[in-house]
Amino acid sequence: MNFDKELDARGLNCPLPILRTKKSLSELASGQVLKINSTDPGSVKDMQAFAKQTGNELLSTAENGGEFVFMMRKH
Amino acid sequence: METKKMALIATKGTLDWAYPPFILASTAAALGYEVQIFFTFYGLQLLKKDLSGLKVSPLGNPGMPMKMPFGPKWFKEISWNIPNAVQSLVPGYENLATGLMKQTIKNTGVASIPDLRDLCQEADVKMIACQMTVELFGFDQSDFIGNIEYGGTATFFEFAGETDICLFI
Repeated sequence: MNFDKELDARGLNCPLPILRTKKSLSELASGQVLKINSTDPGSVKDMQAFAKQTGNELLSTAENGGEFVFMMRKH
Repeated sequence: METKKMALIATKGTLDWAYPPFILASTAAALGYEVQIFFTFYGLQLLKKDLSGLKVSPLGNPGMPMKMPFGPKWFKEISWNIPNAVQSLVPGYENLATGLMKQTIKNTGVASIPDLRDLCQEADVKMIACQMTVELFGFDQSDFIGNIEYGGTATFFEFAGETDICLFI
């Protein structure tokens, strides 16, 4: 999947992945896609909750050997 | 959609209890909330320019696991059961526990308190220092970071009365 910006949130713990996601999204235009890499297992539910509350669209969530990859489209 | 609001009262001045207000405030701000924190009594310590004085006390805190943040895995997993009597008698025990906690925080990728506070300020979280406590404790405004306000209970209620979430920490 294509993306416009990538955020490396690996090694960071709650709530940093969410805070960095918010910051990275603010640097994108509406409709652009942010790819987020995380190692925090809590971020799976948190990204869903973040998307739901902020109106950004969580396009996909994937896990690969303890690493999580999220694709989020800016509202 | 109307902006949601959250108000917090931060009353604790220890390293461990510094986390809840700043984590909640920064996350709420990221979710689009308008946030205010009212710092009163020991919570004022969280507004000091220098946060290196924040400590964690295992004394009288049976819920706190004492584990070492270094060494081989088997060593890290040991939970050290240290009696209160020893904790209170050994000089510097609190400093030791605080040092271990800070190392654990670093190892686990948890943000530091100064970083979280900076993130809150960047996200326009409004911080209010309780004027009465500033005087009660003999603090000076120059002890505190800039970009905060000083006010009393009525100042807190003005915002708190309109919030969706209001917590005392």
